[in-house]
Amino acid sequence: MEKETRSQFHDQSRRDFVKKTSILAGAALAAPYLSQAAQTNYFSGAAGVIKIALVGCGGRGTGAAVQALSTKQNVQLVAMADAFADRLDSSYKEIVESMKKTPERVKVAEADKFVGFDGYKQAIAKADVVILTTPPGFRPIHFEEAIAQGKHVFMEKPVATDPAGIAKVLETAEKAKAKKLNVVVGLQRHYMTSYRELHKRVQDGMIGDITSIQVWWNQGALWVRERKPEYTEMEYQMRNWYYFNWLCGDHIVEQHIHNIDVGNWFMGKTPVTAVGMGGRAIRTGPEAGEIFDHHFVEYRYDNGVVMNSQCRHWKDSVSKVDEEIVGTKGRIFCDRAQIVDHKGKVLYQFDRKQHNRPYQAEHDELFEAIANGQYKFQDAQMGAEATLSAIIGRMATYSGQQIEWEKALKSGINLQPSRYAFDAPPPIVPDAQGNYAYAKPGITRYFS
Amino acid sequence: MRRTALFLLGGLCAAAAQAQTTPFEAYDQKIEGTDVTIKMVPVKAGEFLLGSPAAEKGRSADEGPQKKVKVDAFWMGAYEVTFDQYDLYADKDKDKSPLPDGMTRPSPPYIDLTLGMGKSGGFPANSMSQYGALMYCRWLYNKTGVFFRLPTEAEWEYACRAGSKTAYPFGNEASKLKEFAWTAENSEDKYHKVGELKPNAWGLYDMLGNVAEWTMDQYEAEAYKTLDATNPWLKPTDKTPRTVRGGNYMDAAASVRSASRLMSDIAWNDRDPQIPKSKWWNADAPFVGFRIVRPLKQPTKAEAEQFFADAIDQFVGSR
Repeated sequence: MEKETRSQFHDQSRRDFVKKTSILAGAALAAPYLSQAAQTNYFSGAAGVIKIALVGCGGRGTGAAVQALSTKQNVQLVAMADAFADRLDSSYKEIVESMKKTPERVKVAEADKFVGFDGYKQAIAKADVVILTTPPGFRPIHFEEAIAQGKHVFMEKPVATDPAGIAKVLETAEKAKAKKLNVVVGLQRHYMTSYRELHKRVQDGMIGDITSIQVWWNQGALWVRERKPEYTEMEYQMRNWYYFNWLCGDHIVEQHIHNIDVGNWFMGKTPVTAVGMGGRAIRTGPEAGEIFDHHFVEYRYDNGVVMNSQCRHWKDSVSKVDEEIVGTKGRIFCDRAQIVDHKGKVLYQFDRKQHNRPYQAEHDELFEAIANGQYKFQDAQMGAEATLSAIIGRMATYSGQQIEWEKALKSGINLQPSRYAFDAPPPIVPDAQGNYAYAKPGITRYFS
Repeated sequence: MRRTALFLLGGLCAAAAQAQTTPFEAYDQKIEGTDVTIKMVPVKAGEFLLGSPAAEKGRSADEGPQKKVKVDAFWMGAYEVTFDQYDLYADKDKDKSPLPDGMTRPSPPYIDLTLGMGKSGGFPANSMSQYGALMYCRWLYNKTGVFFRLPTEAEWEYACRAGSKTAYPFGNEASKLKEFAWTAENSEDKYHKVGELKPNAWGLYDMLGNVAEWTMDQYEAEAYKTLDATNPWLKPTDKTPRTVRGGNYMDAAASVRSASRLMSDIAWNDRDPQIPKSKWWNADAPFVGFRIVRPLKQPTKAEAEQFFADAIDQFVGSR
């Protein structure tokens, strides 16, 4: 029976998608490959198999792996790495379950499951394409290793948690370009049809010159993992990674990056300064580690345009995750995918029943390019710039000072521990009552 | 036997003492340890024609053939369940008492599933999976000692029609719909606080429009051909699709009729980027909510537990 699709968010059922995918998978096998592919070692296996390694086996990593394995190309998962055996095992189980219609796509030998902090190197060595989905603090070293080993990369946002990490990612991005390695970053709005259509119209001048931007990620609280007596402090922080800056970067970096990135994307540049305020109004206990529960940042671009950014983890307060971009001739409501003039007349409305499945699209496009021997994606710099934009926001709210982009980037500020091991001390440890020190605006300082 | 009504739909058994003491009239269901109540409205037993006539404007083939159906008496929530009510279960800070054995609370979603449309103060709870809606009923049963569940499709339509045989509970004129329902025409693309518009003849608000409502039935396009005539329930055999009723704030009038049916779809959770995907939430279905019913004849404790085991535990994460 035919019924109109009443959700605004999808255009086809999962079943249709799976059906189409499996038909096309067969076709892809027979497709001729460009000679460049062989030269640049896109495929290590026979018959055009693209081998992938998953580094970081949490819920998002598992999701990304299944999305990669659900593309039209002949993709095989061959290696996995995680700090924790239990996470790796449950992820493997979920992937097998999700891919039960094409079980030949999951070929991870026991010997190619790597547990611990260093397993990523061996996992990367097994693959043509690497999925990097650990907590973001590890991203710079993992990305560096993947590019050093000559692999294509899908990595989740954010790509670092501190300026030193950003510097490393930017350096590595240059190496990736030199080696023509595709890099996709999970800032999935760039792979979402509605956003692409809006962006195109901004470039065509529909809203004139941009005069201001508002961005929001205001929502309730997230998950917390409880401390167990057998955990070392390092293990506790690794499992509860959202609440520690060396791992997560605070929620302004981990989540709000999406909206800040949209501002940069539509402006075509990055902010030069950030000033703002924030704190711990509601979420004040030791389980909240050291992160804030709200930030409000005024970003300023070099042409004077201001982007106001707010993010919150407050229950039962007004929620909003969106971007609004104001120009001389009109404004864009990104979530509604609508452009209006200043009298409210709708100039453009994206048909929200259209194809709009960004999480799958980012993998579809990446693997298609790789299979065709094309070099199309260099998201690493964009990912680093979006991440640093969020990081300077955090530095501004933590310190109460104005933070300059260039100064922060060159600061070399590094939040990482000197050694990654479960018996190593993390960079921040709790006091006798179990509380973690957190930033105090006006007292916390980054620059003298 | 899958089309056979369970005793729980009407109740063959002598019921728990506590539950039988309530007179069969509208009342406010208290939830122990909170000041939140749920307004319950009596729906007398009766007979009606399930589905729509072939000539009804906007009709889909899955609304027929029409079938004469009997349903036993129940109370139904006068309003869609609100977040103020749902969060007593979902938010551990709002319910300090421990959960019953084996029950867990919904995990907080990574994104804001209200999409800024409003949460506390009377907005309908939305975006939950059917599992999340049924688990709320189970929690409420444990909390109050009164057996609650989702309505069957037949109960839902019987209550929605409130004696009417027309496309809408008030007649056939789509132009009057805006007095009763939040739809594409008047919603401004968002759901609204429950109970702001007119109720139907039996005192039920927002049956049509606002958020669409989960029922307990497996969705099957041709279900009416074979349904039982008394207390029918197409008992689930799979996690998806289930039937959703009433249309929602984004729908045109043709989809917001007493007989219109919608099947759930796993694509309603496409944008949940994690695996395993959330058992509790649908990242792409802000238009789905639910309301609860309390059968007049209540099951025994053992029967209620059996129901939850059959309807929920076998289908964890149903959506």
